[in-house]
Order: sequence, then structure tokens, then C-alpha cells
Amino acid sequence: MKTVIIKYNAGNIQSVLFALERIGAQAVVTDDKESILSADKIIFPGVGEASTAMGYLKERNLDQVIQSATQPLLGICLGMQLLCNHSEENDTPCLGLFDVEVKKFTSDTLKIPQIGWNNIHVKDNPLFKGVADNSYCYFVHSYYAELSNSSIATSNYEIDFSCALARDNFYGVQFHPEKSAETGEQILKNFLAL
Amino acid sequence: MLAKRIIPCLDIKDGRTVKGTNFVELRDAGDPVELAIRYSQEGADELVFLDITATVDKRKTLSDLVRKIATHINIPFTVGGGINTVDDVSVLLENGADKISVNTSAVKRPELISELAKNFGSQCVVVAVDIKLFDGIWKVVTHGGRTPTPLLATEWVKQCRDLGAGEILLTSMENDGTKAGFAVDITAKISQSVNIPVIASGGAGSMEHFREVFTRGYADAALAASIFHFKEIEIKDLKEYLQKENIVVRL
Repeated sequence: MKTVIIKYNAGNIQSVLFALERIGAQAVVTDDKESILSADKIIFPGVGEASTAMGYLKERNLDQVIQSATQPLLGICLGMQLLCNHSEENDTPCLGLFDVEVKKFTSDTLKIPQIGWNNIHVKDNPLFKGVADNSYCYFVHSYYAELSNSSIATSNYEIDFSCALARDNFYGVQFHPEKSAETGEQILKNFLAL
Repeated sequence: MLAKRIIPCLDIKDGRTVKGTNFVELRDAGDPVELAIRYSQEGADELVFLDITATVDKRKTLSDLVRKIATHINIPFTVGGGINTVDDVSVLLENGADKISVNTSAVKRPELISELAKNFGSQCVVVAVDIKLFDGIWKVVTHGGRTPTPLLATEWVKQCRDLGAGEILLTSMENDGTKAGFAVDITAKISQSVNIPVIASGGAGSMEHFREVFTRGYADAALAASIFHFKEIEIKDLKEYLQKENIVVRL
């Protein structure tokens, strides 16, 4: 099986690579169109700022590559947000694969970004096979995806938000499975088994 | 609900874990990679590595160590010590660190915080703030607690936040190594004055101390070293205790 991690100017790609190694999977980091589209699984990581990341993707036509993917594709953190319609972060139009708006947490009482372990309420989806409801995952984010028909897991930080989305072959998780201990490793295994 | 985090800290000197009292009298506490694996298996929420003798020629050793740790553990970890530039951080992140922490270098040149936030995102930038009481006023100290500065703790923390710090690691030099409890009052004051997470550090000696710093101190996370290294408190026991005390923890 060939797994690729999309190389771009966002994300702690090394953490994802190490996590895959720990579960016995190999992956290639690349921004080459042919290589990405010929893979069995695509991982789209991301930590960073939405408009800069979108600009970078567009310059290299990686936006179209992602949109044309037919194999399972997993967006992580900013990667998931970029798969949505639009982000409030610098008013950025995104890839439109999930009909979801990405908004900023606004609160007088909460710490922003949300940093740390929060529990996730999972729906019946192959991505969460063997993952108990209310399992803890590691989050670091200031923006969140709204609840939608595509939500396959939700979490709460003063408000309920989508912490995982799925539509057709596209999957996204707001938390970092590569840093979410055994729960995260199970989710990555599940994705590779799709 | 977002859980309160328990963070073991590993002070690294020449590739070994060490721990002292009030930043001096160091004693050996073991192999950092073995400790890191043990802590991640025992339920630590995050790890912090501070290279307390970081010098230019030893940076290579640190990045090798970071890489070894990153391949073995499945929880986030922060690396600090001797970070002065964007390039220093790039090397650590490329080797698998999730966040970095800056201390003395940020006091010397506060723009470093914004440079790092701009290049790597605020979520990656932890500013370690060491504080000490001078005539009843909490001020910032640097160089591992040895050098006083005129900066007021409360003001410096706000400046850090404005420059793009993602988290504050607040260590009280008055409490560090004493096992007499965290500096709860100043932690509460600082945690309530900024809307970014505050990690309380220095003084943990009992499970009650953790409860206190989370409830009365409004800390988002608590960090400790020797009580974990020498197994005076097991992380699992601590978390079970906190849960009984109605504090949300990841178990």
C-alpha cells in the first residue's frame, strides 16, 4: 500500500511520519501530482494559517490535486479546515469538499487556542472502529468547523463543534491523531484500513 | 470537556535527566528517552524537555535526542533551552518536537516571540517565565534564575501574549524544588489576566498541591519533575485523585 503525505508549507509533517512508523506503516512526503494521485491513501496535515496555506496550495495546483482525489484522504487540523468551504481566518475561501464554515472561537472566559486533551463523541463510522465514545484526543486550534451533516464526531469547547468530518472519500479530523496516544494510533490504523 | 494537563518535565544536561533544588545542586535522574517512554505509557498528557546547559556545540546532541524521543512517544512534547533564532526552532521541529519554549532569549529580545509565532504559529511557541519575589513584588528572572530583571511578572506575561506566545510556562523560583506547593496566588493572577493557557511549575510535592493549583490557581496545566522521576507520586494515582476531586483529567 502506498501512503503519501502532502508536502506544503504547513504542518508538523515529521510527527505524522513518526506516528505512522510506530503503527508499522511507511509513507512518502511529496508535492508531486502524479505521486499523490497514484497513492492508495493521502494524508493532508497542517498546522499554520489558512490563507497562507491556501495560497501555497494554489500556486502549485495542489488545490486541484486534492479536489480530484478519489482515494481516501485524511485532513488533519488545518488540513481538515482547508477541506471546508470557507474559513474566517483571514476570510479565506477553502477547498469546498465539506459544505462547512470554519469559525473562530470567541469567548470571554475560555483560553484560546484550545490546547490540550478533550473528549470526542463519535458516530458509527469506520474511522472510529474500536474507539470508545468520549475518548480523549489532543487538540490545538483557535478555529473550529461548525456542526453539519458531514460531522462524524463532535466535541465541546463552550460550544459543540465538528471534530471529525466525512463525505465520500474525504475525511478530516480537527485533533491530532499523531499526538493522541493509543486513541490516535487506532484512528490512523482505521484510516489506513479504509 | 478540556482536561487539565499533567506534564512531567525533564531537565537535560549532557544527555542525562537531572534535577536540582532552586535550580542548583543537580542530581542524576536517568535516561531521558527511557523516562519519556515511561511517562507516555503512564498517562502523562505532554512532556517538556529543557536543555539546561545548551551551548552551541551541544545543539547537535539535543536534536539527535529530540529525534529519538519523537520516534518513541505518542503525546506532544516541548523542547526548550538555548533557543535564540528561527533556525534553532526549525531544526527541533524537523526532528519531531511539537512546541518549543524560550526564556532568557525572549527577555533579551522580545521580537523573537513574534518571529517564532509568525514562522511556526503561536501554538508552537511556549514562553517560559521564571519569577521571583523582590520586596513582595513578583519579577522576572533569567539565566535559570540567576539574573534579576526589572520586568514585572504580570506585565511581561501580557507582553508575551501580545507578541504571539501560545502558552506561558510559569515557574516560581521561590517554590521550585521545595515540594512545598505551587505559587498559587500569582499563578491565579496571571492565568486570569491572559486568555492563553498557563502551565504552573515549581513546588509540587503532594497530590493536594496539584488540586490547589488547578482550582485556586486557575492553572490549565501543571508541571513537575523530581516527584515523578523518583516515583514519589505516580501519574495514574495523581489523576485518579484529581478526578475524585472533580477536576477533569484524561484517564
